[in-house]
Amino acid sequence: MQMFLSNFFDNPERLNRWIDIAQSSFLPLLKGALLYSLTLAIVSFFFGLIIAVLTALARLSGIKPLVGIARFYVSLIRGTPLLVQLYIIFYGLPSVGIMIDPFPSAIIGFSLSVGAYSSEVVRAAILSIHKGQWEAAYSLGMTYWQALRRVVLPQAARVSVPPLSNSFISLVKDTSLAAAILVSEMFRKAQEIVASTYEPLLVYAEAALIYWMICFVLSFLQDRIEHKLDRYV
Amino acid sequence: MITITDLHKQFHNLHVLKGISLTVEKGKVVVIIGPSGSGKTTLLRCLNALEVPTSGSVQIGDVKLDFSQKVERASISRLRKQTGMVFQSYNLFPHMTAVENVMEGPVTVKKESKESARAKAANLLSKVGLGDKLDHYPAQLSGGQQQRVGIARALAMDPQVMLFDEPTSALDPELVGEVLKVMKELAQEGMTMVVVTHEMGFAREVADEVIFMDQGVIVERDTPASLFASPREERTRQFLQHLKA
Repeated sequence: MQMFLSNFFDNPERLNRWIDIAQSSFLPLLKGALLYSLTLAIVSFFFGLIIAVLTALARLSGIKPLVGIARFYVSLIRGTPLLVQLYIIFYGLPSVGIMIDPFPSAIIGFSLSVGAYSSEVVRAAILSIHKGQWEAAYSLGMTYWQALRRVVLPQAARVSVPPLSNSFISLVKDTSLAAAILVSEMFRKAQEIVASTYEPLLVYAEAALIYWMICFVLSFLQDRIEHKLDRYV
Repeated sequence: MITITDLHKQFHNLHVLKGISLTVEKGKVVVIIGPSGSGKTTLLRCLNALEVPTSGSVQIGDVKLDFSQKVERASISRLRKQTGMVFQSYNLFPHMTAVENVMEGPVTVKKESKESARAKAANLLSKVGLGDKLDHYPAQLSGGQQQRVGIARALAMDPQVMLFDEPTSALDPELVGEVLKVMKELAQEGMTMVVVTHEMGFAREVADEVIFMDQGVIVERDTPASLFASPREERTRQFLQHLKA
């Protein structure tokens, strides 16, 4: 270790090279992160949440076929690796004539994944809302959907913010899996830069740092949102 | 105004209401008393179909529901529009301010414009003595204040009948008076009211009729003066004695 460090710092050429590579790769990596990784995460999270709410409502509906479909979907997605799901969508489906570009393939894969995992969060959040809230809404003459939209979901959303924020932060990091299906997000960019510079430690560490920065900002936003939603409790 | 005919309610093999028949005329205040488990709250909740009775019928105003047949969702909704309900635990919407709580029914259910609903809600809140708390969230209000918002919220739908389910049971003793005062004013304005309560003072003072329920049946009904002074039934006498002790 000591030998390596002394070699490293005694070799100004290597150090300069590192600084050069770090500088020239930073912008492409950041671009990959913001344009692809974060976009992928935001779009997938949006669709994922819609799927999650619908799945949770299906689970809670008590209508047998709906409950069955919802349980099957959650079990299938949670029981198989995300990487394998992405491979099936991108490399597998073309054999039956379904060709989807890398980016939309990734959106589909991540949305389905978010939908399955978050549906349990949403379901628990809806169940945590006191029965009296439903009754008060019904006593005003509201329908099921009105009670859900106006009374129950806004409160359930508040309960779900901490766990859903965690899911979103995980999702941002999981988007690195999309590299495997040729989406030019940050990690794939990093792989390309490593291929031409042969400096894996430097470049991957740089990518890791950018992921960390993004997640740091997201955690900060999470605190802000929780604080804002707490005002009436 | 209200006609209940041979109402039964069964939860699995527990027979909670065993053939209740009752009429309440327009503008009358009926207080239902009885020991816990007597079915009084269930009866009240059957009046707006929060509990769906097993059989029998309920008519409020010109909406009649016969529970021996399959009841349509639309008719349940019409029944609920005739009634306003005040809950023991208030059940205010915690994510809405006082005025938003009161506006919610008119805006969402009756599709009233926000401006007119807000003006009406502000009026109702002044009426229950909370004109200065419009923008407070429920968590910022005392129990008595929350319950008065609850009354205003129910009134905002212009119900024909107001149902009160032990409206003061969750309140600290010093807050009970302010809620009862609002209810008394409402009675004086001629609102038809059905009240489940343990407040015998309120029953004595405001009720036109007191109903004593036990084990799913109406044991006795009379004016408060005669029921409290000279109950005809032994069970009523026992219950009233318990209250005094």
